[in-house]
Formats: sequence, C-alpha cells, structure tokens
Amino acid sequence: MLTDKRSFIEMDRDMESRNILDFPGYDEKLVAAREKSRENEGVICGEATIGGSRVCIFAMDSNFMMGSMGAVVGEKITRLFEYATERHLPVVGVTVSGGARMQEGMVSLMQMSKISAAVKRHDREGNLYVVLLTNPTTGGVDASFAMLGDVTLSEPRARVGFAGPRVIEKTLNQKLPEGFQKAERVLECGFIDAIVPRQEQREYLDRILKLHGYGA
Amino acid sequence: MNDIEIVKVARSENRLTSKDFLGGVVRDFVEFHGDRLFGEDRAIIAGIGRIEDIAVTVIGIEKGKNIEERIEHNFGSAMPEGYRKALRLMKQAEKFGRPVVCFVDTAGAYCGIDAEERGQGRAIAQCLAEMSDLETPILSIVIGEGGSGGALALSHADRIWMLEDAYFSVVSPESCANILWKSTEKADVAAAALGLTADKLYKLGLIDKVIRGVDMEKLTGEIAGQLRELLAVPAGELVMQRYRKFRKVGY
Repeated sequence: MLTDKRSFIEMDRDMESRNILDFPGYDEKLVAAREKSRENEGVICGEATIGGSRVCIFAMDSNFMMGSMGAVVGEKITRLFEYATERHLPVVGVTVSGGARMQEGMVSLMQMSKISAAVKRHDREGNLYVVLLTNPTTGGVDASFAMLGDVTLSEPRARVGFAGPRVIEKTLNQKLPEGFQKAERVLECGFIDAIVPRQEQREYLDRILKLHGYGA
Repeated sequence: MNDIEIVKVARSENRLTSKDFLGGVVRDFVEFHGDRLFGEDRAIIAGIGRIEDIAVTVIGIEKGKNIEERIEHNFGSAMPEGYRKALRLMKQAEKFGRPVVCFVDTAGAYCGIDAEERGQGRAIAQCLAEMSDLETPILSIVIGEGGSGGALALSHADRIWMLEDAYFSVVSPESCANILWKSTEKADVAAAALGLTADKLYKLGLIDKVIRGVDMEKLTGEIAGQLRELLAVPAGELVMQRYRKFRKVGY
C-alpha cells in the first residue's frame, strides 16, 4: 500500500451506478462487477497520509468492468479534487482503465470533461497532483486526468496509450513495434517522468510530497 | 430515420463539411497553420474571421470533399498537433477577446503509432483542461460525426449544438457491438442503446440545441445571437457557468 498504516479514510463508498440509458445487459454486468471486485464501483477515493503528509488519493480498480469510467467514477474523482482544492491538499491518483464505459454513452464520455475541469481548478490553486499509471491506462482516462499530472509516474511495463493496440493494428494493417505503448517507451517519448517499481513507490511519493512542502 | 440510419447519414460523403460552414457563416476568413511544436495538421482548419460583425476564432475538423481532399485532411482524423494547433489558437482568442466557434466532424482522433508517440491522449486532455477555464465564450457545433474523445476535445464549450442528423458517441456502434456481442451486425442495436442522436442527447440535457435543416443565413444569425449573449457575461462568471455545465453531467 502507498499510504501510512491505518491512515486511509474512504469517501463516497456507497455510491453505485445506475443503468441510466437502460442499456441491454448493463444491470447484470454491474452485479457481476460488484461481486468480482467486492467494491461498489471502479474507483476508491479517500484521504490518508503518506510519510505523514496529508493527501487525497484515488485508486481505480481493474476488477470492476476493466476500470471503466462511468458517471460514478467521474463523480467520485471530481468530488475528491474539489475536496482537495478546498483544503489545499495534494492528490495522488493511481490509474488503471480501459476507458470510458460504453454502457453509459455520452454521460461516461463527458466525465472526461468534468474531471479535467476539476483537475484544472486544483492546478490553478497551486496544488500538487501526482499520477501513478498502472497497467493498462488507456482510452478516455489516458486522454484526460491520467495525462494531467504535475508529476507522472508509471509502474514498469504498464501499457499507456489512447487507442487500443488491436484497433491500431487493424487501422494500419501492420504489426506494432516491440515495446510500443509500454511505459519505458512512453517515457522515451516524453510523457512520463519516472518509472517506479511497486516496492519503491511509497518512498518516492513521500520524497516528492516533502519537496513540495507538504507534511512539514 | 432510426439511430443507425442517422449515423450513416452523418458519415455520408456528400454531406456538408466544416469548409462549407466556414464559407456559409464566416466572412473575411484568414487561415492560420501549425502548432509551433511539431507541425501542421490539415485535419483541423483554424483561423480568424467575422460572424456578422463579431471577430471570432474558428476551428473546424475537415474531412474533405473528394478523395484527394480526404487524403489531404486525413479523413478528418486529427493528430496531436491538430489539437495543439486548436488549443494554441483558442489561447490566442482569449488574449484578443474573441469568442471561439468549433465545427466538429470526426470519426475519431487518429489511431496510429506516430499519433500515440506524440501524445494523442495528452493533447486531448490538455484541450479539455485548458478549455475549461478559457476566459472567452466557446460554441461547439457537431455537424456530422462526433466520434468519441477526438470530438469531445473540441466540445468543452459553453454551448454545444448539433445538427439533427449528426451523432455524438462514446464509441462507434460497430465497435460497441463487436466488443459486447462479438458481432458488428448488431450495430443497429448498439446505435439505439448508446443514445447518440441529437434529439436523445438534448433530452438527456447533454447538448443545448438541435439544428433542424441547414440554412446558412439563419444559422449565421443564430450563432451571432448566441455569441452576443455569451459575450455579455463577465469572464469569471462565464468560466463558472461552464464548470457547472459539465459538473452536473451524470449527477
């Protein structure tokens, strides 16, 4: 875990998605996802300390419909950024996602807009936002809050990209180069600050937070 | 028309493109090129001009009219440099106090190795974040295809309008059917379920106006009227209202 022992207090735990569009099969998928992940939705949000520094933290869950982003995921992350902005707290975000959740149509796509606007407000007030990309972070999450951090970290070999590799292969009708969309290559392309293995992440975050004056 | 028929009409090749709307609505248009970072993306046409007496910045995703033009404009699928050009000119619009009008028509942002490696995700994310507090009015009009993130990137606007036979969707109905039901033949079922038509999106409160039939003179007046209304709102209040507009989506 990234946070100090027993420091995590979860927020908005009870929020559950509804089938707003009456999309065929979505209700059953939600039930299955709740069972598989033992969570109510695809992101956990809350407040904690890391090395004694107060932070707001969110962690997406790949066991909940591939970490897809619907209205509840969007709302929970937006609320977290608003909470952090009001209290001048940094945000640490752990991303994993296949993208926007199709079954919620445009409502899910527009969560990208909603969260990005909340991130911008947090940013404008001088607050720190650290993203930790994990495998895979793609689609609408890559094209919004995963790519808006002040500091962007990644786990080794995580897939990070906008379009899915199969879609690109089909469009171009060619095999993709070795290492394409892997964190190491994305860092070479200039979009990641550092690749940090799991056992070093806590200490790394602690150092970054302290260098920004938190936890004093 | 049912929903999949609307998607097909929105994609059809003999449809009006952004160039037609630029010609029909904007006077004295001057095109500007390049993102100042990497290159010039012809999938996005951008510049300044006048709508009635209002100086505006105009950004349009262009698909092209014939095969040569379609190749030139990459079939209306923008690269990261296209979105960065759009954002550069939106920032300039803010500096000079000009409102921004975007014409959106794309199957999606370009999917390719080069697009990925130059940061397609980051380019779209920056449009969303920066447009959210741009201190000048933004009006986006979906004139054909509103294909996912690539269309959303130019739709973080004070008002979103759509032609009645345009669509705006999180995913193409074909991909959706393929992912969920392993059959592109069920695209009609997916199209109906996704709620992607202008009328459905208006009912959901996600867009602000449905344009029925294209009459350039009437449309020019409507756009000018809308821009005047937004220009009368103080910048801080405008940004606040834009925040609230997207803040309430889904909740």
